[in-house]
Amino acid sequence: MMSSMRGVTKRIQSIKFALLSPDEIRRMSATKIITADTYDDDGFPIDMGLMDSHLGVIEPGLRCKTCGGKVDDCPGHFGHIDLAMPVIHVGYVKDIKKLLQATCRKCGRLLLTRQQAQEYMAEMEQVEELGGDVTEVGYVTKETAREAQKRQRCPHCGEEQGKVTLDKPTTFREDGHKLTPKEVRERLERIPNEDLRVLGMNPEVARPEWMVLTALLVPPVTVRPSITLESGDRSEDDLTHKLVDVLRINQRLRENRDAGAPQLIVEDLWELLQYHVTTYFDNQTSGIPPARHRSGRPLKTLVQRLKGKEGRFRSNLSGKRVNFSARTVISPDPILSINEVGVPVEAARELTVPVHVQAYNSEIVKQWVKRGPAPLGPLGEYAPGVNYVIRPDGRRIRVTDKNAEVVAEAVEIGYTVERQLVDGDIVLFNRQPSLHRMSMMAHEVRVMPHKTFRFNLAVCPPYNADFDGDEMNLHVLQSEEARAEARVLMRVQEHILSPRFGGPVIGGIHDHITGSFLLTYKESKFTREEVTFILSKIDIRDLPAPDVKKGGKEFWSGKALFSAILPKDLSMTFKSSIAPKGDIGLKELKEEDSLVVIKDGVVLSGTIDENGVGAFKGKILDKLARDYGPDAARVFIDKGTKMAIGAIMIRGFTTGIDDEDIPEEAKKQISDSLRTAIEKVEGLVDSYKRGELEQMPGRSLEETLEVEAMKILGRARDLAGQIAGKHLGIENSAVIMARSGARGSMLNLSQMAGSIGQQAVRGERLSRGYWNRTLPHFKKGDLGAEAKGFVKSSYKSGLHPTEYFFHAMGGREGLVDTAVRTSRSGYMQRRLINALEDLKVKEDGTVRNTADTIIQFKFGEDGVDPSRSVQGRAVDIDDILQEVLGEEPSWKERLREQEMASYGLTEKDMYVEISEEEVEVEEEEPPSEE
Amino acid sequence: MRFNVLEHQLVPEHRLVAEEEADRVLKALKITRDQLPKIRKSDPVIQVLEKIEGPIEEGRIIRVTRVSGTAGVSEAYRLVIGR
Ligand SMILES: [Mg+2]
Ligand SMILES: [Zn+2]
Ligand SMILES: [Zn+2]
Repeated sequence: MMSSMRGVTKRIQSIKFALLSPDEIRRMSATKIITADTYDDDGFPIDMGLMDSHLGVIEPGLRCKTCGGKVDDCPGHFGHIDLAMPVIHVGYVKDIKKLLQATCRKCGRLLLTRQQAQEYMAEMEQVEELGGDVTEVGYVTKETAREAQKRQRCPHCGEEQGKVTLDKPTTFREDGHKLTPKEVRERLERIPNEDLRVLGMNPEVARPEWMVLTALLVPPVTVRPSITLESGDRSEDDLTHKLVDVLRINQRLRENRDAGAPQLIVEDLWELLQYHVTTYFDNQTSGIPPARHRSGRPLKTLVQRLKGKEGRFRSNLSGKRVNFSARTVISPDPILSINEVGVPVEAARELTVPVHVQAYNSEIVKQWVKRGPAPLGPLGEYAPGVNYVIRPDGRRIRVTDKNAEVVAEAVEIGYTVERQLVDGDIVLFNRQPSLHRMSMMAHEVRVMPHKTFRFNLAVCPPYNADFDGDEMNLHVLQSEEARAEARVLMRVQEHILSPRFGGPVIGGIHDHITGSFLLTYKESKFTREEVTFILSKIDIRDLPAPDVKKGGKEFWSGKALFSAILPKDLSMTFKSSIAPKGDIGLKELKEEDSLVVIKDGVVLSGTIDENGVGAFKGKILDKLARDYGPDAARVFIDKGTKMAIGAIMIRGFTTGIDDEDIPEEAKKQISDSLRTAIEKVEGLVDSYKRGELEQMPGRSLEETLEVEAMKILGRARDLAGQIAGKHLGIENSAVIMARSGARGSMLNLSQMAGSIGQQAVRGERLSRGYWNRTLPHFKKGDLGAEAKGFVKSSYKSGLHPTEYFFHAMGGREGLVDTAVRTSRSGYMQRRLINALEDLKVKEDGTVRNTADTIIQFKFGEDGVDPSRSVQGRAVDIDDILQEVLGEEPSWKERLREQEMASYGLTEKDMYVEISEEEVEVEEEEPPSEE
Repeated sequence: MRFNVLEHQLVPEHRLVAEEEADRVLKALKITRDQLPKIRKSDPVIQVLEKIEGPIEEGRIIRVTRVSGTAGVSEAYRLVIGR
């Protein structure tokens, strides 16, 4: 059966939307509903009541009177209510209004001449022929209706037209006189079929009078099940409550009308019926109070079931809840391997893996079951228990301490046992927003005490996680196939290289980088005790030979220690991130110990920092993952990060605002140079005012002034930074972090120690706020540095009030930008995903859609997997040449090659990430014009 | 012809594939014609090609040769469809 099903694909060719006619409603109705009562005194559903058993079954054991099925077989059946008087359907008021305005009040014809109608019809057909979609055809019909509405007199019968208005939500008026739904319906009935076609309606399936209801469809009870409370009372669904209201008023309306009650009373009841039917559809219709439950809670009616984040679409169709999953706060654990995840005992006891009982494992499985649901090991540690035993017939037996022994005896081949997590189980770990494939990776479980999920810090970058309260989800795989697939394809170590830029996304961060720096910078050396401490963190048991002996003491160089975790045949050359910027000579590079040369697994020179082991930039990581495989790379990251942490712990590392202390004299120098710059700007402004400023080509005089002023002030800030920087040496913690790439930048430091500099909005000096000035503290028309947002203070010295204000102005632009950018890129990402989600690369390298038609003849045109590429290229020619020829290209050539290889990839690109504070975007389209 | 789109810098090279060759291409790709990406008869490129090659019926195959950022040069095929 299943095999014959395979390969049968069906495609939806088109979807047609239509209106339900009263006839169709009655035809599909299993029963007419006439009474508002639901159950009789014995608790049985009343015939022709809202819970009539023709409408389906919700109680187990009973059978449906329509189809004879039991609870799970019967899909439920619709019923209907015949309305005493017609009522408007709120969902269609706009269309009704359009139709009333576009057609004659007397003869019902479209208010266009025959010729006009034909022209519009032809236009519409043409759009359809050209492959125009529903919206495009909609534009034409909208135009048609607009043209018809303009006409004051009917071209067919000559009748003068009234002005039809809509009194929200459902009252129509013509020249101020109220039109009853009955009158509206009669008018819509008069519109001839051919005129409807011009307006884009297909009268065969959508006659406009069907928008005014004479019969109301009652949904099956399965859609609005009643629940029995513990007290034995029945509690009905909101929809049922609403239908009860409709039925009651409908009944009263019929009685009053038939008894010939005064017109006023009938009209009141009619309006009440309209209100109930309207709120039955949408209980948030503007202009009318929402219907409320006795408790005061507004009822959740049809529209409320579908709409919004908690609605059917977003909450149940686009997103689903799953079993065997857990969510909790995350925290770091540098001892764990990057492949592992720490799972709290409490979670591990709830999460289970199904184990099928076979001959080979039946004994051990029985032992598990016998131990009950919360066993402890010999040392009182966690041991996996069993929560459920599933018999071959599918029945689940909950294992408790009481029944464990009995249940264990019953277990035999063919049973399935749900075993709690153990160390080494493979699980999926995920952090939202899941923007790339590394947002969900497979980890190996380590059951641990305490209540958080824990993982290695090197895995923070792909998840974009930090520990300020972030939570993550964990899913336990339930089949062998899924586990095998996850282990091979999704394990963390398989994702060290990112397909986004063909470099490492997993690697050292913050203290890992600082630690590596401290370990390897220049002649850093360590005593026997220190080396023992560092190496004890990784499984190196034999102390290498000491590198230096001095005064009878032995020392080990950091570079030698680091070399211990490199493969023995690794050779490479690259610049450290502490290297001075720009095109510099070999001598300078060596002076700063920033040319890393690794030969046969030994670091000969250079400092290992962000460019060596950092996430995104680590060259060693990159090469290891590519040439030595994910296992070697994982081992390197695990050991390298532990070693770095060992090194940082030995020296101790801290930073504080006193790291930005500079001598009084430097401060004076800075303030002098800033004053000079400000005076220069003043001079510039003077010459501008005197009209002596020389205009720059292609710029106005004002622009010239601005450009010059920005230039001077920019230079002033840089100079202040340089002066401050002279006093901030590499022994300074903040500088170590900035230079090695661990955290922060030299710009951050110079803004703390030197001067914050010019504030800008839209790339220009501040100018807005008051008339001709930024703040009332300045003279009107003041173009000087301080009046237009130059902040000469540093973060450390503190800002003057006006400076503080300017800084807030500049800062706000940044915030607004991020907010706008994230919401836009989030929405764009979503649309891209929706468009591309079911494309896949087939075995032959072609990219195909679900219909198996070709989208791209070769993936990426070159068939290269970007995560296995060298910065996007298929092969690293230099590397191969070196390996084959055994020649080491000169360091400068090599570095140049490397820079070229990373073309199109700037530092900025690597860090652009869509932030998690993704602004809420509505599911469907951006807001339409209405 | 008001303007030959094929001469535009941004339009890649399009060529009509001879029927025998088309069969070879399809065989190599192990696909049927309907699995190819499509190009309309009304596409400006086809209009130009018709000036050169004479009428091009539906079902013919066009080879598009692009300069590719990743592969240097890449080839793609399109099936001519109606309208
Ligand atoms: Mg956070
Ligand atoms: Zn049924
Ligand atoms: Zn008329």
